[in-house]
Amino acid sequence: MKSKRNKLIYNLVTFGLVIAAYLVLSYMVQNKLISRSLRGQLIPICSWIVMAVSLNLVVGISGELCLGHAGFMSIGAFSGILISGYLLNAFQFENAELRLLIAIVFGGIMAGILGVLIGIPVLRLRGDYLAIVTLAFGEIIKNVMNCIYVSVEGRHLNFSFINNEIEGVRLLNGPNGAVAVKTISTFTAGFLLILFTLIVVLNLINSHTGRAIMAIRDNRIAAESMGVPVTRYKMIAFVTSAVLAGMAGALYGLNMATLVPTKFSFNESINVLVFVVLGGIGNTLGSIISATALTILPEKLRFLQSYRMLVYAVVLIVVMLLTNNALVKSFVSNLTARLRKNQYKEGLSA
Amino acid sequence: MVFLSNLVNGISLGSIYAIIALGYTMVYGIAKMLNFAHGDIIMVGAYIAYCAAQYWGFPPILSLVVAMAVCTILGITIEKLAYKPLRQATSLAVLITAIGMSYLLQNLALLIWGANPKVFPAMIGVDTLTLFSGQLAIRGATIVTIVANIIIMIVLTLFTSRTKLGKAMRCVSEDRGAAELMGINVNTTISLTFAIGSCLAAVAGLLLCSSYPMLMPTTGSMPGIKAFTAAVFGGIGSIPGAMIGGILLGVIEILGKAYISTELGDAIVFAVLIIVLLVRPTGLLGKPMREKV
Repeated sequence: MKSKRNKLIYNLVTFGLVIAAYLVLSYMVQNKLISRSLRGQLIPICSWIVMAVSLNLVVGISGELCLGHAGFMSIGAFSGILISGYLLNAFQFENAELRLLIAIVFGGIMAGILGVLIGIPVLRLRGDYLAIVTLAFGEIIKNVMNCIYVSVEGRHLNFSFINNEIEGVRLLNGPNGAVAVKTISTFTAGFLLILFTLIVVLNLINSHTGRAIMAIRDNRIAAESMGVPVTRYKMIAFVTSAVLAGMAGALYGLNMATLVPTKFSFNESINVLVFVVLGGIGNTLGSIISATALTILPEKLRFLQSYRMLVYAVVLIVVMLLTNNALVKSFVSNLTARLRKNQYKEGLSA
Repeated sequence: MVFLSNLVNGISLGSIYAIIALGYTMVYGIAKMLNFAHGDIIMVGAYIAYCAAQYWGFPPILSLVVAMAVCTILGITIEKLAYKPLRQATSLAVLITAIGMSYLLQNLALLIWGANPKVFPAMIGVDTLTLFSGQLAIRGATIVTIVANIIIMIVLTLFTSRTKLGKAMRCVSEDRGAAELMGINVNTTISLTFAIGSCLAAVAGLLLCSSYPMLMPTTGSMPGIKAFTAAVFGGIGSIPGAMIGGILLGVIEILGKAYISTELGDAIVFAVLIIVLLVRPTGLLGKPMREKV
């Protein structure tokens, strides 16, 4: 029963850290103890955390390499902006909190629908072929979003594809994306979204479904012969991840006054993947920490000016080389073994 | 005639993709890794050729040779420094390192050459070919690209099938352990593969910038992704597959942009890739995957 207790402790630590971080940060924001630049980063950090945790579900738990996660974020962001703008313009729906909630749910649903549509063909493939098809879908989404024009006229939505001559108040403007968005995202909403994501993901991992998904990851053939329906469980992981990414997208999109479709490019998908890998594949708490650290790091490196991204790249390579170095690995494992031994001795003498 | 001209342009663009895709597919075949920094080696090659021609006044051929030499050394160095220590690591760790390398190269180029796009000088002195009493004009760069592609294809095929080193390369990609037991130096072979791939990347960089003469630190990334797609399209790990995949992809892209929609050109390319992979899950010429239970 020890492993069950360990899992409980792990989950409690994860939730505890997130809640504590939220309380401390919101206290600091209220008393103006943190810099303006960091304050502006709080909501994006929340979205990147949700992105990293949701991608971890696919990459770490389901074991499929997905290189198009930003595509789901894009769908979530633009559908969130769309519905929020529509409610505001057509119905004078002023309540920002409720509108944000609707936008996040709607963004999640749209990304989820897309996740199902993409998942059906994608999950038939394996390994690197699966990765390249998710990359292709991400690029297609970016390209198609570049061609969509939507405007609102009274209570009427005008859609247009490629042709940009439409009447009314523009909500989505092709390659120019969404302009003059009323920003309604709040840090509290971001925090609640992280909590929701954690509840969904941690419960999924520790459930019957999660164990089935991990069994498929570890040995697909064995799992299949034990009667686990492979495609269904992979689909559950993939679509859950897409929904959460869509929600993160809506939160992110409604925090920006302007947002262009090319923002959600292959590079963003890769960035999220970097969060997941550096945080430890399959480790939810690790994803949260690395998403936070790696979003703040480039900002903190601003004093290096043009060397900033260079240093970031070097840090990335060095960390990957060190964490996979046999010497470093054996040193760390020796150290932890020695610590455990000491604890054990103390336990005996007590 | 318009169709024919589009087709020729498509084959030319496809030839560039094919040359880049060769680098991806060979490295994948032998080291089982997706080398995301490959696209940026193209960019470095193009910048070196640019400098050689513009600042040092080298003739085109010499600029190409310099670019090839620099890229070859760069490729081997990257392999030795970043990828070799990760031979035993998970493929994701190698992937992230390759991405880090890609950022590193892009930002180094940004520091050295600046963010402003450079206009690539016309290096290819071949005249425009006019056919059908002036109705069809084929640019010199297009002809050279296609010819270069054919030469590379022939040389590479001969190299992998006839020479000892080429056979060793195929052997390592087939079964690394068995190759090692047969006395093949795996490390040298992998370095050689990186060297050839990077050398071809320099050629591709020069050809790419001769046809599309805008040179920026991010020039290599989109052709890199497309060429990677082409390699998968043809069946990753297969050299003829990379050729066919590259050329088909270029033709689809140009024809799609000309006849379906300019804005959706990239979407069409990727949609075709997805359809092909659904019908043939290992690409056009890829070997079917066998599973042992």
